[in-house]
Amino acid sequence: MKKLINSPEAVLADALKGIDAAHPDLRVDHQHRVIYRATPKADGKVALISGGGSGHEPLHGGFVGPGMLDAACCGEVFTSPTPDQMQEATSVVDRGAGVLHIVKNYTGDVMNFEMAGEMAAADSGVRVETVVTDDDVAVQDSTWTAGRRGVGVTVLLEKIVGAAAEEGRDLDAVLDLAKRVNGQGRSMGMALTSCTVPAAGKPTFDLPEDQMEMGVGIHGEPGRRRVPLAGAAEIAEQLVDPILGDLDFTGSPSIVMLNGMGGTPLIELYLMYGEVATLLEKAGVQVARTLVGNYITSLDMAGASVTVLKADDELIRLWDAPVETAGLRWGV
Amino acid sequence: MGSLSVVEAVTVDVLVGWLSAFRDAVHEHGAYLTELDSAIGDADHGANLIRGMDAVMAAVASPPEATGDLLKKVGMTLVTSVGGASGPLYGTFFLRMATASGDATSLDGPALLAGLEAGLEGIVARGKAEAGDKTMYDALAPALAAFSSSLDGGASLADAARAAAGAAAAGRDATEPMLALKGRASYLGERSIGHIDPGAASSALLLDSLAGALS
Repeated sequence: MKKLINSPEAVLADALKGIDAAHPDLRVDHQHRVIYRATPKADGKVALISGGGSGHEPLHGGFVGPGMLDAACCGEVFTSPTPDQMQEATSVVDRGAGVLHIVKNYTGDVMNFEMAGEMAAADSGVRVETVVTDDDVAVQDSTWTAGRRGVGVTVLLEKIVGAAAEEGRDLDAVLDLAKRVNGQGRSMGMALTSCTVPAAGKPTFDLPEDQMEMGVGIHGEPGRRRVPLAGAAEIAEQLVDPILGDLDFTGSPSIVMLNGMGGTPLIELYLMYGEVATLLEKAGVQVARTLVGNYITSLDMAGASVTVLKADDELIRLWDAPVETAGLRWGV
Repeated sequence: MGSLSVVEAVTVDVLVGWLSAFRDAVHEHGAYLTELDSAIGDADHGANLIRGMDAVMAAVASPPEATGDLLKKVGMTLVTSVGGASGPLYGTFFLRMATASGDATSLDGPALLAGLEAGLEGIVARGKAEAGDKTMYDALAPALAAFSSSLDGGASLADAARAAAGAAAAGRDATEPMLALKGRASYLGERSIGHIDPGAASSALLLDSLAGALS
């Protein structure tokens, strides 16, 4: 394992020091491992908290700031944060209008946020609502498994719902919007290589040179199928087809994200986006907005995911609203 | 292993001995747990339990008098230090065991069994796992059944705990051919078959540590 770290145990604490040093507009609580806006939003506005294991940067800390999140709870690498972190963050960010927890559908994240909700209900008056994202079409048989995973749509949801909260909508409206965005987004991911979790010290799985994993999540877990490596055009098809097969995207403008898993250069991500755009056009999907880059990653894994969100004029307007975070920044 | 020094009252000190043995076990087998987790999960189970049990042993350095208070401290420490799914699951196990144990300064066999059973019910409530889902339940449930039937048959606490540890190990091994239906391994579908569940493996260590502490 060759990594830019001091020790596997100190990866998160040391990375938080760097985030603190790099971003004066963020405030880092090193004890609770929570990233806040340095300047809290105005009283009376709904606050948004997300969180999860680390190793997916810029998600979630890179999305804290005006127009997006109010706080991000950071777990160890690929490990959910703990209920006390979420409870602390909830009481800090509440501006009297309640708090929305944005949770990716992974067993650990859901259980920890659930315990945080129970603890918050027991000892503070803050109203908490939760949206659980589950947009990963790679997971089938969802009634028999832990359900579809929450992946790429989480990024789009944090942006769109963040804008709505900034406008001053109440918690019910913010929650409705969050559920609507989740319900209209679909994602599919693939990996060319495994990733190496610092504490494990070696790749999570071995992947021969001539094979790839289709249907990976964002934690270096193996995908659903191991298939022969193919060219970008064919990989794009394998990502786009199950998305379009799961929801009808025609007749509405769409927001599309071509996301890198952390170890794939931008030139390849743009190459892949070209293939994806061709396929979407052929299928009659009207792409209104596009995001290409590393937004929800899996450490050093090489690979990509595609997220398509069926939008409308309102969602596009909220997408275009100003955002001022380390990971997304426009209109400011 | 001799029957001359058997423990028949599970005091706070005995419980601390159990936790200490479990801490040593997750250190010794941490790499193995992480290896199992690499195959069907996300390669962090060993590291997470090591972090959690190190925190637990620091938290119980000067243990409270009541077993319930001790177990509550263990549960809260696991919930706040482990994360992932194993934090809430192991944490809930000890928190429910704490509630069942209450103010008692020591537990006899049936009281210890009642605490373990309450803990397992907590895991089921939190994780919604059923028999055969390829989870820690598949090691813990047969272990507690063996514990119970051994006590009913007049076995000593130590022998009952050894029977439970044996059943947990068998339950752990039985997860290998199972198709995972809960947790991150369930995303693998058929590919989860042929691997031992890491949670079942750590649960077997927990019961093995208990047997060691009661012998």
